[in-house]
Amino acid sequence: MSTNKTLATFPKGGVHPGEHKELTENLPVEVMPYPPEVSLFLKQHIGASCEVLVKKRVEKHVSDKHLFLKQHSGALFQLLVNKKDRVCEGELIGSTGTKLGANLHASVSGTVVGVENILHPQAGKAPAIVISTDPEAKPCSYSPVDWKNFSREELLTKIADAGIVGLGGAGFPANVKLNVKSDIKLDTLILNGAECEPYITCDHRVMVEYPLEIVEGARILLTILGIDYCAIGVENNKPDAIEALKKAVVQTRSKNSFRIDVKPLKVKYPQGSADQIMQSITDRVRPSGQRSSSIGIIVQNVYTTKSIYDAVVLGKPFTERVITISGKGIVRQANLLVKLGTSLADIVEYMGGTTPDLFKVVIGGPMMGFAVSSLDIPVTKTMPGVLFLTKDEIDTQPYGSCIRCGFCLEACPMGLEPNNIGIYVEAGKGVDTEQFGFMDDCFECGSCAFICPAKRPLVQFIRLARLRINEAKKIKKAREKKNKEKQDDKKTT
Amino acid sequence: MIKKQPETGTFKNIKSSALADLFVSVSPHVKDDITVSRIMWTVTACLIPPLILSVFIFGIQTLIITLISVAGCVATEAISQKLLGRPITIKDGSAVITGVLFAYVIPPGVPLWMPILGSIMAIFVTKVLMGGIGFNIFNPALIGRAFLVATYPVAMTTAWLVPIRDASIFKFMGSGVDAISAATPLYVLKHYGMTALMEKFGSMSSMYINFFIGLRPGCIGETSVLLLLIGGIFLIYKKYITWHIPVSVIVSTGFFTWVFGGETMFTGNPLLAVLSGGLILGAFFMATDYVTSPAQKSGKIVFGIGIGALTVLIRLKGSYPEGVCYAILLMNPLTPALDQWFKPKRFSKGA
Repeated sequence: MSTNKTLATFPKGGVHPGEHKELTENLPVEVMPYPPEVSLFLKQHIGASCEVLVKKRVEKHVSDKHLFLKQHSGALFQLLVNKKDRVCEGELIGSTGTKLGANLHASVSGTVVGVENILHPQAGKAPAIVISTDPEAKPCSYSPVDWKNFSREELLTKIADAGIVGLGGAGFPANVKLNVKSDIKLDTLILNGAECEPYITCDHRVMVEYPLEIVEGARILLTILGIDYCAIGVENNKPDAIEALKKAVVQTRSKNSFRIDVKPLKVKYPQGSADQIMQSITDRVRPSGQRSSSIGIIVQNVYTTKSIYDAVVLGKPFTERVITISGKGIVRQANLLVKLGTSLADIVEYMGGTTPDLFKVVIGGPMMGFAVSSLDIPVTKTMPGVLFLTKDEIDTQPYGSCIRCGFCLEACPMGLEPNNIGIYVEAGKGVDTEQFGFMDDCFECGSCAFICPAKRPLVQFIRLARLRINEAKKIKKAREKKNKEKQDDKKTT
Repeated sequence: MIKKQPETGTFKNIKSSALADLFVSVSPHVKDDITVSRIMWTVTACLIPPLILSVFIFGIQTLIITLISVAGCVATEAISQKLLGRPITIKDGSAVITGVLFAYVIPPGVPLWMPILGSIMAIFVTKVLMGGIGFNIFNPALIGRAFLVATYPVAMTTAWLVPIRDASIFKFMGSGVDAISAATPLYVLKHYGMTALMEKFGSMSSMYINFFIGLRPGCIGETSVLLLLIGGIFLIYKKYITWHIPVSVIVSTGFFTWVFGGETMFTGNPLLAVLSGGLILGAFFMATDYVTSPAQKSGKIVFGIGIGALTVLIRLKGSYPEGVCYAILLMNPLTPALDQWFKPKRFSKGA
């Protein structure tokens, strides 16, 4: 294994948070028994501005007696079941129809209790289908088929049917991402196995335990995309995953002509961000505001790839996922295979409870995850883990004024100026921060706030600045519209 | 619904209402262990060796002056912040650094009340009134010095002491200063020329060695190039400062002295220029002050070259033999402009 220094990485910025992966990285995936009840929802990936819109839409549809739900970027689900319906595990219970979105399947067999507003990790409350588990129902079994007989369209349909979304972060529907227009020239598929967030090890365990599925999934993706090169990027702190994937590639090499490389990457946060991993592996830079396909690359998370394999080869819908349960605030850590919609409280109960010094519960990693104040939150498709953190593990220091040390400028992987955005927001001039160009580029990785010696909440400042700019734009638009109407009125009179 | 398990004792009740005391904040939830006060106290620690040396070459009053200056700065900050109703920030160590640095740029033979005046100017006017840490335009310690040079020019330019070579560190207590015999190398060079300097400090090589170690008249903390370099390089190693400002200041000062410092062009002595005066102290500890220097590396280099050029200009043409202090003070207010001109390189230019 080469040393960390010589490995491929992105040149600008980045930080080294304490990894803490040792808590769970050697724990095999453990299957959690069926929970008594699941709540399947997720208004996932909702920016500050569209939150209100979605709520309105939901309310409107609720009043129209058409229920819409959301588990991914894009449109809300159209509900396909009625209250008191019996559903089987894997049965389609939500769909977005022709709109951008992904299907939703029952993750357990049981009875639909109803559609309720349930606590959501990011967006207050959101509607969810609640299913009460039938303890007698048998788990489904799936038999593999040979995917090579399927056409590109059939493969995409199978992925769409299974309701697979990007499991790395934003939850973008996988079939839509893979359905690249034929006039866009692609040459590389990158499987993102960097998993740069501290604590989180779900992708790590999936790579160690399902390397053949991932490599075969890569071949499916390459077939769909019509290209023949795939690079699997894995941070160098997962030597067993790199080894397992390399072995799997060698084992299955004779099958066809696809080139699949396993690339160890330097351990540096945020290596797993799409822009950074593309630059680390191909040295190409995505122009701001464009999709990665514009530079010939499609990035897919390794776990998403494994799920695509399951969907295509086994015909298995996406109803369960591995999440990392870690941190010192819980009695026992694990990589847990849970049914979607299992509430965190049920998981905690299964794990044996929390410790008395539990201080913060974070959904996702400690760099970009969301702190929650309740455990009545169900597992969603894009939840990589739940961290139960004690006071020693997290930052609670008050923040001071910016001393202009410039550490955040060094740390920002996108070359932005978090210090100036923070100073502007503090001075009440969030509206004027658009000049710093963070609206398109900042993905809130938190490197700036991590490194800040004054402990300034720079990500919070950036979110506030976003909010202010969006508000101002909305007001401006409304005003322009009004002015136009006035002018039109004048013309007609 | 959580069963109580005997081995771990009390569990939190898991259902929502009981967990209302969970701490919630915006990501990231973990932060680096670096803090402002850790940086400040590390810088202070790096400044201690020159102080110890100064006690042995100038006498115990250098320590007393430094302590008075530090106490003056900390007290000024605490009192003024209290009176202005602002949070008191003396714990972050920035006032202590200002106190130490301010003491380092005044001559060792000044009256003991003088540092108090300077520290009020440095902390109250230059820092607290500007908005506290992070908002000052000028380096507080250097404003303190500039203020004293303007108000008490005789003491500030003549209160030098000849280095002592035995252990009699209490020798100068109470005794007067001898401005002629203890003149600083830059003063001698400016007013009497190179031959006088050689007469006074011995041959070239022994002069360089003495200057490098710190055995020469000068301000309290500026004399020992060796100890200041150790401290400065440690700060660069810790990544608290970058090499850009110190290197550009030193190289440009040497370069401009070489070009313009001699009888004819290109005959100046760059090594002497770097080893004398407060250049090393200024380059590593004054010019690198975060607030009053640019954040971008390219801006830092321009900033450093500006300091070097102004230092040489003041040394050669001005009425004072030393120019580092004013050079840094003149470049300080250019910091916001330099930050505007030298922006970080963006990840991508956009479509």
